[in-house]
Formats: sequence, structure tokens, C-alpha cells
Amino acid sequence: MSRAADMTPELAPPTHALDRGKVGVICFLCTEAAFFSTLIVAYIKYIGQSTEGPTPATSLGLPLAIANSFFLLTSSATMAAAEHGLKRGSIAAFHRWLTVTILLGIAFLITTGAEWKHLIVNDGLTIGRNLFGTTYFTLLGFHAAHVTLGLTAMLILFATARRIQPSVRAAGLANLLAWYWHFVDGVWVVIFAVVYVLGR
Amino acid sequence: MSAGHSHDHGHAHDDHAHGHHELGFIRKWIFSTDHKVIGMQYTVTALVFLFFGFTLMMIMRWQLANPGHVIPFVGSMLSKQLYAGYMNLATEGVLLPEGYNALGAMHGTIMVFLGIVPLAVGGFGNFVMPLQIGAPDMAFPKLNMMSYWVFLPGGLIMLASFFMPGGAAQSGWTSYAPLSVINPGQTAWLVGMIFLITSSLLGSINFIVTIIHMRAPGLTMFRLPFFVWAQFVTAFLLLLAFPPLEAAGVMQLMDRLAGTSFFMPSGLWVSGKAAEWVGGGSPLLWQHLFWFLAHPEVYVLILPAMGIVAEVIANNTRKPLWGYRSMVYAAAFLGFMSFIVWAHHMFMTGMSTKISTFFQTTTMIISIPSVIILTALVISLWGGSIRFNTPMLFAIAFLPMFAIGGLTGLPLGLTSSDIHLHDTYYVIGHFHYVVAPGTIFGMFAGIYYWYPKATGRMMNETLGKLHFWPTFICMNCIFFPMLIQGMMGLSRRTYDPNIYQAGLASLKLHKMISWSAWIMAIAQLPFIFNFFVSMFAGKKVTENPWDSTTLEWAAPSPPPHGNFLTEPKAHRDPYVYSPPGRKDDFLPQHVVLEV
Repeated sequence: MSRAADMTPELAPPTHALDRGKVGVICFLCTEAAFFSTLIVAYIKYIGQSTEGPTPATSLGLPLAIANSFFLLTSSATMAAAEHGLKRGSIAAFHRWLTVTILLGIAFLITTGAEWKHLIVNDGLTIGRNLFGTTYFTLLGFHAAHVTLGLTAMLILFATARRIQPSVRAAGLANLLAWYWHFVDGVWVVIFAVVYVLGR
Repeated sequence: MSAGHSHDHGHAHDDHAHGHHELGFIRKWIFSTDHKVIGMQYTVTALVFLFFGFTLMMIMRWQLANPGHVIPFVGSMLSKQLYAGYMNLATEGVLLPEGYNALGAMHGTIMVFLGIVPLAVGGFGNFVMPLQIGAPDMAFPKLNMMSYWVFLPGGLIMLASFFMPGGAAQSGWTSYAPLSVINPGQTAWLVGMIFLITSSLLGSINFIVTIIHMRAPGLTMFRLPFFVWAQFVTAFLLLLAFPPLEAAGVMQLMDRLAGTSFFMPSGLWVSGKAAEWVGGGSPLLWQHLFWFLAHPEVYVLILPAMGIVAEVIANNTRKPLWGYRSMVYAAAFLGFMSFIVWAHHMFMTGMSTKISTFFQTTTMIISIPSVIILTALVISLWGGSIRFNTPMLFAIAFLPMFAIGGLTGLPLGLTSSDIHLHDTYYVIGHFHYVVAPGTIFGMFAGIYYWYPKATGRMMNETLGKLHFWPTFICMNCIFFPMLIQGMMGLSRRTYDPNIYQAGLASLKLHKMISWSAWIMAIAQLPFIFNFFVSMFAGKKVTENPWDSTTLEWAAPSPPPHGNFLTEPKAHRDPYVYSPPGRKDDFLPQHVVLEV
């Protein structure tokens, strides 16, 4: 420490591969990953532990889940296209692709709603009915809430992107939103594997 | 949040340098985005909560030393029935068992989540860390403000729970299911916790980004003061350990409100009736999720204190820290290991011996980095010309106190000896040695050390010593007898120790502990007096009263909005004390050497 301490140091301002917003969003997504991991662990622990009532085998169908996977995975691609449009400076392309993304997200929510309605009305599966209902609605519910949050953020960015100055900043925000959206889609892939494949 | 700000450090500094317009009282002191004001808000709030949590324990200590006797001063107040359905803590001046349980649960919760974490991270982290890295503010000032304004309602909900129907939570700070799900006061506890966790998550994101992005030119990672490293590791612990508890808290809330059975087993009987839950859930899942947070939480409590102690020791021994790099690596390793030791709190739950052997092994391993840090600090004292001022007294006292706390943990981490000691007063003695004379001494050292930076005035040394010595003696008279009581077999969370043979035998120790606790309460008066009066009457100081080397002492005391008058640059390692061939015995990081 003594001699090395006085050697001429590198005094240029440090450069960073990722800007503050990106590092912040990465940290935020880490907390989200830890949160969903907990819900998924609880789901896995309780697979087949219900004492009564409907089971995944009798109540869950693949078609709706596959449709939902299609909606979300496609929306990730369209979100990337929207982000790319804004980066090129084309607000029109951004609006076009973001609209498709939002519609796909809404389609996902509608399909989820249809599935829930079927479970609740036809099968009598409520959140308090058995462990399957408890863990299923909790996990899917938090995921759907994240989808809704993402769609809300998209609507806000849709309305304000033109006014955000400088335009690099709008592209940066779209980039962060896209990361969040891809994360939510990634969670869905895990949910699909755990709930509809492994647990059924 | 201002996620899109892509301006780098230099620009941010310019923004602040230009932005010296006067703010109104509310923007300057209440809804402030200045990290120093937020740090002080956290510090003062946390100190108030700490003293409140301490007061709860004073009442419990009365019951333990004089079971069934009327509580002096506050007995009649606690016995008042405020409204129908209100849970009073005492009747006719005598503490009720459910009152004792509520005080115990809230003492733990308040001390950990409303006292020490906000003080260590929200207070010291917010105030000191940006100054030590030479930054004008945190990376996301608005997020920082939000963190405080989410923390405060969480704390107020916890306090208000005493006055809600059903009273405060009564299931211990660990809130083990199914008791916690059945108990009336738990809902407010869970809602409060979700607020506190959210606040900590916002804070930890901000800390990580700030330390990565806002360091002054020349301040490489290995030129960071150890305190900043401690905060960095702590932020990662909060970031990854708190979300599982947030999820678990939501699950427990749903068990109470939505009738789910996450933690409710089958065949449960409550007060002579079959419980209305469907069942099938596992109470052990709660324990796993809780301790997955709460063990890293232990290091959240201790790491910032170690950081403060390292700063104070380097400054007052007038020597560089011995083994700085080893300490940094040890802190990082400690953080990593803290995620895989949690089940050592659960040896008695009937887990398989293979699993308990795994956790016993990881627990023994995690003691190694703690010992490295402690040893480095002890060796740092060697050969130093030590200045025994108040911060240094607290910092030196931290070392043996934390050592006792750490060493008494080893028998708890070994499965065979844990069978005897589990859930006894030994456990209470052990973790209080870590957190009370350990962490809180670190916090006191930090308050006395950075007070002149925050206020521009010194705290009084005589009052400081009058605070230190009785506190140091009382702390040991409180917690050492608990280790003995635990080995005698006295169970913790006991309302009336007299009902057990072991309790009868240790009643004398209980009386000694309680008297020490009350004397220690009186010993805090010089501190409180000193803290407030020194703001106006303390000796005025310039920017560097301790002849220190790190960057926070390059800013004026108190630092203005934007912190530094000129952008600081770090030219050397953090602790260049007593460099050979110089008149001064310290060479600050920001000073340019004339060739």
C-alpha cells in the first residue's frame, strides 16, 4: 500500500459498458427473479399435495397455454421490433410494432381470463379450495399482474415517446421496457414448463 | 425513476453545481432528494425506533425479574381498555401473557427492521457512501426519497398495530406459521413488512448503481474505503434475500385473508374447534423462506458495522488497515455464503441428518471470513499510536463483543450441541452479542465519528465517555448471564420463568439482567443530550477534524447540496496514514502531491 499508493493513477472519469438505467433495471429484474423463484418453488413443492378438489390433470388444458405462449413469445419479437424502430428514429415504426405488442399482451390477458373463468365456474377451483388452486392462482396472478404493469408502461411510452427529448432517451427507455418485457416472457416460459408440463 | 438519465458522473456534477437555487422548507427537509438529508431522516427515525424498541424490552424485563408484579410507571396506562375489542397489554397493572408475546414480537421486529437496518443502510449508507466515493448524490435521487417515504409508513403501520383491534403481532419476529396465521394482530405486521421490504429493495438498487457508476475519477474498486465495500455487499444481500420474504409475506397474508393454505397443515385444531383452512400446506415452508432472508439479514446487520469500525480504527490508529484486500474478499465471500446457511436455524424441525450435516458444514465455513475480518481489525491495532476518543472506544469495544457473539454461535451451528441449546436464553445471548454490543456499538462509533461531517460541530467527548463506559459494562451484565441461563436450560419466549425449575434457579440472574438494562437506559441519556445539544453548542469544525484520509473529509462540514466544492479525484489508496518522509501523519486520497 505504501509505495504503490503514490503511483500516478488513472484519473480519467470511469467509463461504463452499461448506463445507470440499465444497471438499475438489471438489479430490479434480479429482485423480480428472486420473487418469482419463491412462488415457483412453492408451486413445485405443492404439486400433487392437494387434499381434495380439482387437480391440474383434470382442470388444465394445453391448448390455451400454448396459445398464451404464442402470444407472449411473439410479443417479445414485436417489442424488439418496436425498440429497433425507435432506435432508428422512426416513431411510426415504433408505434406500429408497439401496438401489435400491446394487442398480443391483451390477447394473453383475455385468454388467461377465459382459463380462470373456466376453472372457477366449471371446476369450482378457487384460490382457497386446495393447494393447487392456491399456488396456481398466486403464481399466474402475479405473472398476469406483471403483464398488466408492462402493458400500462407501454401505453405511457406510446403516448409520450414523441415528446421525450433527446430522442436517444426515449430509445433508452424503450430498451429498458423491452428488457422487462422479455423477463416477463421468460417467467412465462418457466411457468409453462412447471405448471402445464411438469405439474400436469 | 429517472432510469433514462444517461449523463455520466461529470455532467451530473455540473448539473448540481448550477442548481443552487434555494429550496423551500418542505422540499429541503421533508421531501428531499438530497442523499444527506435522506440519510439524516433515516438516522433520526431509526434512532427513535431503536429507543422505542428498547423501551418495550424494559417492560418485558420487569415481568422477567418480578413475575406477576404491577409494572411501575406505565402499568396503569397499559391496562386501559381504549375501546371494545382493544387488546390491552396488561390488566390491573400486571403484564398479560399475550401482552408479553406482543412486546417480544414487536421488540425483535422494531430493532431489526425499523432500527438497525434503516440506521446502518438507510442512515449511514445514504449519508456517508456517496461522500466517500466522491459523488454529488445517489444515482437515482428520487428513488432514494421514495425509499424513505415507503419505509416510514411501514414503520408507522407497525407502531399503529398496538392500537388496532386484535393488537400487535404476537408470534415472534420470526412469525412462524401456523401460530402467526391464527393470531389476530398479524395482518398489520405483514402489511408493514411488505412496505419495509419494498423500501429496502429500492434502496439496494440505488446503492449498487451508485457504487458502480458514481465513483470519482481515480477511485478504483480497490481504492474504495472498506465501509463502501461493506455497503456494496450488503446491498446485494438485501437485493436477493428480501424478495423471497416479500413473496412469503404475501403468501402468509393470503393465508389470513383469502383462506389459502400455504403454511396451514391438515387437521389443525384451534381453540377446541377444527380450523377452517383446507390444509395440506407446510409450516416448514415458511421457516425456510423466512430464514432464507433472515440469515443474510444477520450479515446486513453486521457488515455495515464492520465497515464503520474499519474506518474508525484506521483513522485512530493512524495506520493503514492491515489486510485491506483480504477483508474485501472476505466480505464478498461472507455475502455469498450467507445464502446457504439458513437451515442451521431449523436443526430441530426434524430435517434429515444429511441436510443438517450440509448446513452444519456451511455454517462452520462462514465463520472463516468473519474471523478474517475481525483478525485484520485486531492486527490493525498492533503498533498504532491509538487515539482513545469516543468513536474509537466504541470501535475497539466492538471487536471483543463481536468475537463473543461469533464464537458463541459455533455451538449453535453444530447439530449435536444445538439440541441442548436450541430455543434457550443461550440463543438470545448469542445473537444479542452480535447485534447489540456488536452492531449497535458500530453504529454509535459511526454517529460520533461522522456527526461533525453532518452538522459541522463535534459531539462532546466527556459526555461521550460517560455514555460509553456504563453502556459497555451494562451490555455485558445483560447478555453474558443469558448465556449461563440458556445452558441451565431456560427456554426463551417464557412469560413467567418461575414455572420451570431452571427458571426458578436463574431468577437471580434475571434480576441482575433487568437492573443492568435499566441502568443502561439511564446511560443513554448523556447520548441523547449530547446528540441534540451539540447541534447548537458543539465545537465548530472545519472539513477534516479527525485528520482523516477518505474523500468525505474533502467536502465542507456540513457539505452543501452537491457535496463537493471542486470535483474530487482519488490519487491513492484509502488509508495512507503515517506515510514515511512527510510532516503530516496522513495523506488524504484527494490531495495532489507536489513533485
